[in-house]
Formats: sequence, C-alpha cells, structure tokens
Amino acid sequence: MSTQHAERIHSGAWDGFKGGLWRDAVDVRDFIQQNYTPYEGDAAFLAGPTARTAAIWRRITDLFPEERAKGVLDVSWDTPSTITAHAPGYIDRDNELIVGLQTDAPLKRAIMPNGGWRMVAGALETYGYPVDPQWEKVFTVHRKTHNAGVFDAYTPEIRAARKAGIVTGLPDAYGRGRIIGDYRRVALYGVDRLIAAKREEKTGLDAAPRDPRAVEDTIREREELAEQIRALEELKAMAASYGQDISGPAATAQQAIQWLYFAYLAAVKEQNGAAMSLGRTSTFLDVYLERDLAEGRLTESRAQELIDDFIVKLRIVRFLRTPEYDELFSGDPTWVTESIGGIGADGRPLVTRTSFRYLQTLYNLGPAPEPNMTVFWSPKLPQGFKEFCAQVSIDTSSVQYESDELMRPRFGDDTAIACCVSAMEVGKQMQFFGARVNLAKTLLYAINGGRDEITGEQVGPGTGPIEAEVLDYDEVVERFDRQLEWLAETYVHALNVIHYMHDKYAYERLEMALHDRAVRRTMACGIAGLAVAADSLSAIRYATVRPVRDASGLAVDYTVEGEYPAYGNNDDRADGLAVRLVEEFMHKIRKHPTYRDAEHTQSVLTITSNVVYGKKTGSTPDGRRAGEPFSPGANPMNGRDTHGYVASSMSVAKLPYAAAEDGISLTNTVTPDALGRTREERVRNLAGVLDGYTAVGGFHMNVNVLNRDTLLDAMEHPEKYPQLTIRVSGYAVNFVRLTREQQLDVVNRTFHGSL
Amino acid sequence: MLTTVLKPSGSVHSWDLSTGVDGPGTRFVVFLAGCPLNCLYCHNPDTMRMASGHRTTADEVVAEAAKYTAFIHASGSGGATLSGGEPLLQPAFTGELLHRFKHELGLHTALDTSGFLGARADDALLADTDLVLLDIKSWDRALYRRLTGQRLEPTLDFARRLADLGKDVHLRFVLVPGLTDPPENVAGVAAFAASLGNVSRVDVLPFHKLGQSKWAALGREFTLADTPAPTAEQVQAARDAFAAHGLRAV
Repeated sequence: MSTQHAERIHSGAWDGFKGGLWRDAVDVRDFIQQNYTPYEGDAAFLAGPTARTAAIWRRITDLFPEERAKGVLDVSWDTPSTITAHAPGYIDRDNELIVGLQTDAPLKRAIMPNGGWRMVAGALETYGYPVDPQWEKVFTVHRKTHNAGVFDAYTPEIRAARKAGIVTGLPDAYGRGRIIGDYRRVALYGVDRLIAAKREEKTGLDAAPRDPRAVEDTIREREELAEQIRALEELKAMAASYGQDISGPAATAQQAIQWLYFAYLAAVKEQNGAAMSLGRTSTFLDVYLERDLAEGRLTESRAQELIDDFIVKLRIVRFLRTPEYDELFSGDPTWVTESIGGIGADGRPLVTRTSFRYLQTLYNLGPAPEPNMTVFWSPKLPQGFKEFCAQVSIDTSSVQYESDELMRPRFGDDTAIACCVSAMEVGKQMQFFGARVNLAKTLLYAINGGRDEITGEQVGPGTGPIEAEVLDYDEVVERFDRQLEWLAETYVHALNVIHYMHDKYAYERLEMALHDRAVRRTMACGIAGLAVAADSLSAIRYATVRPVRDASGLAVDYTVEGEYPAYGNNDDRADGLAVRLVEEFMHKIRKHPTYRDAEHTQSVLTITSNVVYGKKTGSTPDGRRAGEPFSPGANPMNGRDTHGYVASSMSVAKLPYAAAEDGISLTNTVTPDALGRTREERVRNLAGVLDGYTAVGGFHMNVNVLNRDTLLDAMEHPEKYPQLTIRVSGYAVNFVRLTREQQLDVVNRTFHGSL
Repeated sequence: MLTTVLKPSGSVHSWDLSTGVDGPGTRFVVFLAGCPLNCLYCHNPDTMRMASGHRTTADEVVAEAAKYTAFIHASGSGGATLSGGEPLLQPAFTGELLHRFKHELGLHTALDTSGFLGARADDALLADTDLVLLDIKSWDRALYRRLTGQRLEPTLDFARRLADLGKDVHLRFVLVPGLTDPPENVAGVAAFAASLGNVSRVDVLPFHKLGQSKWAALGREFTLADTPAPTAEQVQAARDAFAAHGLRAV
C-alpha cells in the first residue's frame, strides 16, 4: 500500500463526498443519493478484459472440468467453517486485485455444521471424504444444530405433510439464507464504527424489561447483538489475515470493493444459506470509482479490472450440499444476486457507469449464472442502459428483470433482491425463507379427501373422497378450500418452528450485524403448481373430467373430454382462476400467527424444483400425467400457451403482486428470430417487450434467447459448452450442470419461435 | 326485430402476438383464413382455405386486440397486423379491422399481403393502413405462376398504386434455393422495388420447413420437402442484390 493511500485511510477517506446525514448515522442510501452520478449514455465507454483478468479467469475455468466431473473439486472436511477458521487463500496472489476465498484454495468447499450435521455427513460420504468422528460428536452430542432443533419441535402432522411432499423444500436441514447484509456499510464506515453503533444499540436494551412479554425478546436481542459484535470483530481479524486493516473506512475504489467483499465473504464463510445474495452494490461502488477516475488514479480499463476481479470471486462461491439438494436446486446455485439499475425516489435513474461495468463482466469473463445479475426495470430507465441490458440478454441469457415500478413504492429505492424474486430494503428488512407448498397436489387431496394420491395415506384432513362420476366444479372448490385451510395452518406452523430454531442454533451473526436493530421481518411462504391447479380447475369447470379410481376408491387418473381455456392465453376465464388461488392462499396464510411477528408474504416461484414436484405428484385433472414436470414458477404449462410469449406473459402479469410480494417468477425462452430480424431490432424489441411487461404490471422476467439445437448439442457435448448459461425460474444455471431430466425439461419447455 | 344490424364478421384462423417479424415491434397479428394463391413453400397451409377459419365478429377481434394496447404502446413501437391467409380475400372485414385498430385503439396498422387481390383494397382501407408488407415472390412470370398458381401482374399493379399513394411498404421476398434465387430473378424484383420509391425496407426471408408438419396434417403433399434452406451466404447474396439497387435489405 502506498503512503498516500495509507494517509487517506486515517485522514480523508471521505474527501470529496457530499452530505449529510450519512456521516452522523449509518445510512448508506443517503450517501448514495448525495454522491452518485447517474449515467444516461450508452455502452461505448466500456473496456474489455486485460491479459491479467483473462489469466486469472483461466486459472479458474481450468478447474471447472474436474469440478464438474467429481461434483466438487475439493472439500475442507476437517475444519468447520467460521469467519476466521481458514488460512487466507488465493487464486494468483501476485496478480489478484481483490482477495479472499471461503477456504484456503479456490473452489474448495467448507463444512458448516450449524445448519445440520446430517447434511454435512451425507455430503462428505457422497463425495468420498472422511467424516471426522470428533466433529460428529461435537455436533451431535455437545452442540445442537438447527436441523436437530427443528425435528425436536415438528409435529406428526408437519412430518407427514413434509414426507408426502405437499410442503416441500423447507430450510430445516440447511441454512435458510435470503438475508442480505448491507455489506456496503463496511466499506463506507469501517468495522470499528459499526461495532460502536451496535454497542450503543445493545446498551439501549440494558434496562430490565417490565412487560413480561418482553422478557424473552429483550434477552434474545441482547444475545444477538453480542454475537453481531463478535462477528464484526472476527471480520476484522479475517481481513487482517489477508494483510488488510478494515477498521476504518475505505479510501479508494479498490479498498471499497475489497472491504465490501470481505464483509460478504465473512457471510459465506459462516452461512451455507439457500441464497446468499449480495444486495445493490454497483451504484454505491461507482461513487468511489468516479472519485478515483476524476482524481486520475484509475483508468477505465483499471476500473473494469477491479470489477472483473470482484465478479470472479462472486462466481466461485461454493457450498457443500447433497445430491438430493442439488436435484431440488440444480446447478449448484448460490444466488449471489446483485440488483442493478432502477429509478430513485427523486426520479433520477440509479444507473451508473458501474451498472454497465457489472454487466460487461458477462463479456469479459463470458456468460455465467452467478452472480445472479438482476436488473430493476422501469420504462423510465435511460435508453442506453435498456439497450445494453437487452443486448447482454440476447448474447448471454444471463440477466433477469424485475419491476422497479412495483418494488419502489413498497420497499423504497434502496431495495435488493434476495435469491430470485424476493425484494427487501437493504439493511432494514430480512425474510424468513419458507420454500413452498404444492397446490396441484392439494387439489388432488381435495378430490381424495386428504389421502395422498401416490401412497394412499391419509395426510390432509379426512373430508371424504368425492364420489361423483364427473367432477363438479363447485364441489371440488369447496373441498379444495378446506384442504387449503389445513395446508396454510400446517405450513405456517412448520415455518415458525424452523425459524425459531434457525435463530437459536444457526443465527446469521455477521449478516444481521449489517442490519439496523429494528429490522422488518417477513414470513416468506410460497406456492408451486399454480398453473396445474388453475388449469385443472378450468378443466373441471369448462370440460368434462372423470376420475379413474383404483380398488381402494383413490382417484389416480383423470379423463378429460372437451376443451377448456388454459392459463397463459390472456383469457380471464382461466387466468382468473389462477388469480383467485393466489389471493385466497395469501388470505389463508395471513390467518396464522408468525414467529417474531413477521409479516406474511408469498411467492409464486419454484426454482428448478418444478421437475421434482411434478415427479411427486400424481395425474391431475388438466390432463397432465403423473410424474410430469410442473411449469416453472408462475409460468403457464408448456405448450398450452398458444398465442405467443406476450399473451402468455400478460396472463402472468395478472397475478396480483399485492398478494405475492415475495415475487412472481416468469421465464421466457425465445429464439433470436422471435425478437426481430437484425441485431439492432432484436435489442430494441426486447427492451420494448420489457417496457410493455412492466407497464401492464408484470413483476419478473427471465429472458433466454437461445436456439433449441444449441441445447440439444450441449446435452450431447457438454465439454463444448462449459459456460452455456440459461435462466430458469428466478436464477441462472450452467446448462451442462443440470441433471439430464432437468435438461430435457428445459428443452421441451415452450420455445417461443417465429413461424 | 326489424332493425337487425348485420355485424361485420369474417373468417379468422387465429391470432397471435409476435415481435419483430410481422412489422415493427410487438404486434397483435390476426391471421385471416383463405388465400387465392397456392404457394409451394407456404408455411401456413392451414390458413389457405376460408373454411379453416372461425366466423368471428370484428367486435370480438377488436376486444381481443384491446387487451394488448397498453403493452404495445408501452413497448415503444408495434401495432396490429392483418395477415393470413390473404386478408384482401375479405376486404370489408379487413378494412373494418384496420379502421378500428387505427382509430379506436390508436395502433399502428400493417397489412401483410401478396398483393394479388390489391384491387379489392379500396382507398379507405389503404388510408387506414400505415404499412404494407408486400410479398413479391418472383420477378419471373412463369416462375411466379409455378410457385403460386397465379399471375404476377395484379401484384405489380398494386405495388404501383401504393407508390402513387406514397404508402410505406416493406417488401418481402422468400429466398428458396433452386426456385427464387436465380440472380436475374432477385435483380428483377430489386429493380422494380427500387423504381417505386416507397419501399423502405426489404426482408429477405430464408425458406424454412417448419410448416411441413402442417402440410402433413392436412393430408397434402409438401413438394419442397427435399429443398434445403438457403445458406447464410446465399441469404447475404440476395440482400446484397437488393442493396445494390439502393434498398435497405435485412
């Protein structure tokens, strides 16, 4: 470090910054608003990769074939991870601009047993690593895990619902994730200032509570704050092991990126969360980059290099998980979601040159699923940015879009996405991740009086089977309603148990240290199988559906006579059924009290689990065969949306965000020809489609621009497509890392081409 | 009732939303049923017969289109396209739809036609048409007849009339190797198009066989089953031929 830089840290880290409120209290948003420079131009200023960047990235890509072949490259099996457990690791120590790895070597995964020992042991056994008996004893005898706690408190009813797969994907054996620390705070303020603020918050809770109901809450919060302070100290120690002192504010852009990354790194060293999202960092970092550029300390090429190096680190975040988990959440996702763009409350676009630089990494380093690049779309975004986003989508299929117009009024303009579609105000809001329930299966329970259509076991309430020869819509709806009531209650009950135990045994110390004390919590429920359920109801209503029953009277199949309007054609008869399901289930969820008074929300999202859910669900009255995949997220069923992707998207846009504030996911896959005939036209047209979708109230759109032949070829020759990236429900994956079953699902999914 | 009003209606094959292929931007596209031509390479043979459509009122079609106006307007460009089939086989219905798309819904309107029935388009219909997507399939008269079973002349007459009206035209030309691709054939179309002065763009559409299954489903023979799609070089050569006449070809 040069003397000049060293002096900056101690004296003028904030030189040249304006304002205000943010100096006196922790307020990153105010800092951004006072200091950022909106950029309304095009992409012409961007720089390509330097030889240094290319060499660093090659070192990583050279490791991918072995990682893909073995499932994991290496595992640090003997050292349960903490913020400080591992010695510093490097890709290329002399040439890295931003440093820090989860363990002591790239792609080497850590064990994080606090979530659950079974997951750790199962993964180690699967990949052929020793299970250390000492650690096993520690985490099964001396130190209880989240997973153990949850199963102590689960009821038989919850266990049965979980086993049947009607409630599914619950974070009861692993980290819940979907909490975004405000990692920017570390760069702006330095760790010492944050510790002081947390100490002050803790002192504020020193008085013995008078209200008996506050006793437990106050003690818990004091303990949590103590843990947060400890985690911040460990963060400093971890940075020090890399030779960096992050006690004070960052003084340069390189330091700001490094400080911010250390904070994020500490989180992913400690938590194997289902989604470990980054937040909204590009415009924050732009303030530092602009200052260094203005003062002549950086060139554009160097600025891009810093971002490229940072993104390389985010691309190699890894967690050790079991193959069963990967089947559910395929392609090794980490959901390092970064939220880019949007419009500020004052009407200025939050787009900066660094928003472009982040997207440029998809060219400089090639396409990749992580970090999960998420653009906050608004028709008011500058045209140059819109067109660059569309171009990047067309070239890489690595970007997702979410409506800034829906989020900003609800969550403000410093909101970020956790995971795929879950909006939260950074540093002020968190969620209790609740996976999802299977609505299609619930409908079958309604027909079978609560018996599971596959096992025949009584799982839901015994409402008695429907015995009519032809299904009657009103009767089915009435029975469905009762099963849904039961489901909502069982589901929220399970989530309360899970999050109580997660706070107790696997608390996110570091991430919560980077939140305000008074944090807004949501209980993020979710639904899967919406399209199947809506189409089934439509079939029952508009066509003639006859159950086929086995000897025990269980309806195991259905014959459908006649036609019915299907969800996905912008036809209110079918779309209205989907809308009602979303609204009604939200209403039912809200009836049940939540742990820590979290606000109820829900998502319509499946990730890639639509394949597994389909496998676990019998034939449905819409004509779908047993075992066939559901459509992903809120997508209409494959092939039933016959009027093109705009009509299909309009159906999805009808789902009310107010009843699904945890997000509604739509994946569109189009061939390049379906966007226009020239590259310029395709870019402009895709930007127009995103404007249109936002204008009609659509929330989220994954955009894949691909040819089917490419995917088929990649299935046969994965080695030719190491970086082929596709968007699936809410995130992106390396296509070649999907299971064959999932690959086929993607290939068979509606390709909207032109004819 | 004595005052029964006959509601305008027509034979509609289907409707669709498309982007960038049926005129500029995202468009509501109505495929009308029935076509007087019998093109060997037709990719919508299921729309050739008028009876293949559903009797649909203009109200119904306009109501469907109205669901998309907010989307289309927000998307910046786009509009509605009458396609088929041959929309001018049902000129009154087509005229009604174009008029209402334009004036009731405020949409940019396009008419996708072979021009063979151009004489049936009255001036009012054309006044309600912002853009004509005119498909001149061949300059070689004999080839035109072989390809379509009809005469080329009415299409050329229609093209000249559009030029006189100053109507914006996008010319479409399907490049079929071994059929429409002889240089003199392409050059003939290009020279004619360039002489008109109102052709703002030429779409060279590579022949494809994605419609083959539709022919099979109709129990009809697809005679071009063994014809290859043009190579990228062949397509570029055709574009260059149009460009050589000062036309913007894509």
